[in-house]
Amino acid sequence: MITTEPTKTIDARGMACPGPLMALIGAIRQGKVGDTFEVWSSDAGSKTDIPAWVTKARHELVSVVEEPAYAKFTIRKAR
Amino acid sequence: MDDDERPLSLVLFSGTDDKLSAAAVLAVGAAAMQRPVNVFLQYYALDAFRRDRIHADHALSPEATAAQVPAVHGQHGEHWSELLKQAKEVGEVGIHACALSMEMFKLTKADLDPLVDDIEGVAAFMADATGPMVFI
Repeated sequence: MITTEPTKTIDARGMACPGPLMALIGAIRQGKVGDTFEVWSSDAGSKTDIPAWVTKARHELVSVVEEPAYAKFTIRKAR
Repeated sequence: MDDDERPLSLVLFSGTDDKLSAAAVLAVGAAAMQRPVNVFLQYYALDAFRRDRIHADHALSPEATAAQVPAVHGQHGEHWSELLKQAKEVGEVGIHACALSMEMFKLTKADLDPLVDDIEGVAAFMADATGPMVFI
């Protein structure tokens, strides 16, 4: 797997649902097409919400990496 | 219109912080998923949107047991008014005050938090409520 540094990392650990998703939406809106965003979330809802939103908003979910107490979601702004 | 793009209508009746938070989470989720949201404020929910006390303690609903209250108070999420603000930032969200409830509490638009867009009669609200409706 080719790993590149994300354009922006959002540490949303500790934020309650839907905080991490809202933080991602805010960041993506301010970004450029092709930018990648890594969201760190300990909220269980993010595991379903972030993929659902990325599909709906037609961006790209690059990867989901599970860490012991949180997950790292990498999203590419596609449009 | 795709089924998942039909507006979600939330009728808020209860003015307790737990029910307002639950409603605000639904609103922000729907808005994030690009569904229009119509919120209609009646009775105690409308009173909770008064400009001078929106951040006051609005207590919890009667079904909260003594054993559950600490868990609810320990929830570290955003205040419901902040969630509604976020919902408006990401989507198409209208918050309407019920004209009848306004009259009941002798309120004017100036008494309400700016989150509230306008005052509507029930028929005007229903004209936009073409999708599912939730009563909280």
